[in-house]
Amino acid sequence: MKKIEAIIRKSKFEDVKQALYDVGIDWFSYWDITGLGKSTEEQIVRGQVFKSGYIQRRMISIVVRDVNAEKTVNAILNSAWTGETGDGKLFVSDIQETFRIRTKESGPDALFNK
Amino acid sequence: MKKYIISLIAFLGIFSATLSAQTTAAPKVDAGDTAWMIVATALVLLMSIPGLALFYGGLVRRKNVLSVFMQVFFLVGIITIEWVIVGYSNAFGSNSVDFLKPYIGGFDWAFLNNIKASDLSPYFISHSQLAADGTQIGTIPHILFIMFQCMFAVITPALIIGAFAERINFKGFVVFSILWSLFIYNPVAHWVWSADGWLFKLGALDFAGGTVVHINAGIAAIVTAVMLGKRRDYKDHALPPHNITYVVMGAGMLWVGWFGFNAGSGLAADGLAANALMVTHIAAAAAAITWALLDWIIDRRPTVVGISTGAVGGLVAITPAAGFVGVGGALVIGIAVSLVCFCMVAYVKPKLGYDDSLDAFGVHGIGGILGAILTGVLATPLVQASYSGAIFGNFHQLWIQLLAVGSTILFSGIGTFILFKITDKLVGVRVSDAHEALGLDESQHGETAYTTFD
Repeated sequence: MKKIEAIIRKSKFEDVKQALYDVGIDWFSYWDITGLGKSTEEQIVRGQVFKSGYIQRRMISIVVRDVNAEKTVNAILNSAWTGETGDGKLFVSDIQETFRIRTKESGPDALFNK
Repeated sequence: MKKYIISLIAFLGIFSATLSAQTTAAPKVDAGDTAWMIVATALVLLMSIPGLALFYGGLVRRKNVLSVFMQVFFLVGIITIEWVIVGYSNAFGSNSVDFLKPYIGGFDWAFLNNIKASDLSPYFISHSQLAADGTQIGTIPHILFIMFQCMFAVITPALIIGAFAERINFKGFVVFSILWSLFIYNPVAHWVWSADGWLFKLGALDFAGGTVVHINAGIAAIVTAVMLGKRRDYKDHALPPHNITYVVMGAGMLWVGWFGFNAGSGLAADGLAANALMVTHIAAAAAAITWALLDWIIDRRPTVVGISTGAVGGLVAITPAAGFVGVGGALVIGIAVSLVCFCMVAYVKPKLGYDDSLDAFGVHGIGGILGAILTGVLATPLVQASYSGAIFGNFHQLWIQLLAVGSTILFSGIGTFILFKITDKLVGVRVSDAHEALGLDESQHGETAYTTFD
C-alpha cells in the first residue's frame, strides 16, 4: 500500500478530482494548507501593495493499493500541471498497515478502491 | 443654608412657571420629532455595536478580533454609566463657576438629577417653542436628547480603538478610555455644542460632531499609536485583514447608522433632517466610488476594503457639514476626502512609519479635519439661511472653523498625551510581547473567536 500526498494549486483542485475519478479513484481526503516558498502572492490593503510570503495551496492525501499507485500519481501529475512556478509537490510513501474500523478488516482489503 | 435658598428659588420658579403656563399655550412634546429621535438614537447605537465592532474586528488578525469586539462593547456599557453620572452634566450643563462656563459644565445634572421625564430638551436646532418663562426650548423630551448624546459619547472613544488595536492591555484601555471621556470628550463637547461653550458662541459650525467626535478621536488615535509603538509584526505595510466580509458588514451598518447620527443631529423630523440624510448619503457614495477608482487606477484592482474605507471616510467628512451644505458641497466633500485619506494611508503613513493599526487617524482624524474646514468653505445659505461659507463670501466662517479645528487638535493632542502617560504609570498600556504574539483574545479574554470544537 502506498500513501500519495500532493500539494496542488487550489485552482487545479476540480481538475485533479475529475482526473482521479476518471482512473477510478474516488476516495481521498484533502485540506487547505498555507506554506512558505519561493513564490509570493500580491496583496493590497488600503492602497499599499505588498508581497505576502504566505502561499495558499490544497493538500490531497490518498492511500491506494500498490497496483493503483502509478495511475494515481500520473493522474495528479497531468491534471495539476500548469508549467508555472508553484505547481506543487507530490510525495509517495509506504503504508505499513490499514484497518477498516467498522469490520476490523486489515490490509489492502480495508481500502475503498479495489 | 445656601442650598435651601437655591431649592426655595427653584420651587418658586416652578410654581410661577405653572401659573403662567395656564395663561399661555403650554409647550409640549412633538410626536413626530420624538419618534424620529428615538429611532435616530437606536441607529447611533447600531454604529458602535455591531457596526464599528465588525468594521474594526474584520480588519485585525483573527487572534485579536474578540479583543476589538470586547473593547467596543465594554465602552457602550462603561461610558453610558459615566455619561449619566457626570458626563452629560459636564458636557451640556452650565457651570456655576463663571470663568469655567465656556470650557466645561458643572454638576447640576449629575446622575441626571433634576431632570424629569416630562421636561423638554433645552437644546434644539430647528424646531423650538416658547417655554412658560419666555425662553425657547426644544420639542423632544430632555431625557431623549441625553440618550442621543450618550451614543455619541460612547462611539467617540470607540473610534480610537483603531489606533491601538492588537497591542493594548485591556486594563490600560479601560482606564484610559474613562479618563479620556471625562477630561477630553466632555469638555470639547461643551465647547462646541453647549449653549455656554466658547466655540459655540464664536459660531463654529459642527452639525453632527466632526470636531467633537472625529477630529477629537482621530488626534487621540495618532498620539496613542505613536506612544504605544509599533505592533511586533508590523513591517512597513498594513497587516492583512482577517475577515473582509466583516469589514463590509461593519461599513454597511455604519452607513445606515450614520443617517441617525447626522439626520438626528437636527433634533427634529423636518427638512433639515432630510437634507442631512441626503448629503450624508451622497458624500458616502462619492467617497466610496472615489476610493475604489483610486485603487483601480493606482493598484490596478478596485478593492473591497478600499470601497468600505472610502464610504466611512465620506461619512466622517460630511458629519460637520450635514446641516449646512447642499448636493454640490456633499459631492466635493466626498471626493476630496477619499483623495486626501488615500494619500494619507497609502503614502504618508508608511513614510512616517507610525503604526496606526486600522487608520483611525488616517480616516477619522484627517477626514474630520477636512470636513470641518470644508464646512467653512461650502456652507450654503440655501440650507440654513443664517449660515454661509467662504464661497459665499463669508471668509470669517472659515477662520472660525480653522480655530475650532486647531484648538481641538491642540487640546486633544496634549490631553491624550498626559492621560496616556498617567494610564501607563497606573496600570500599564502595552501587553507583553508573549501576550501580543499569542493574541489579545486568548491573553486578555481567555477566548478564541473561531473555535475548533463542535
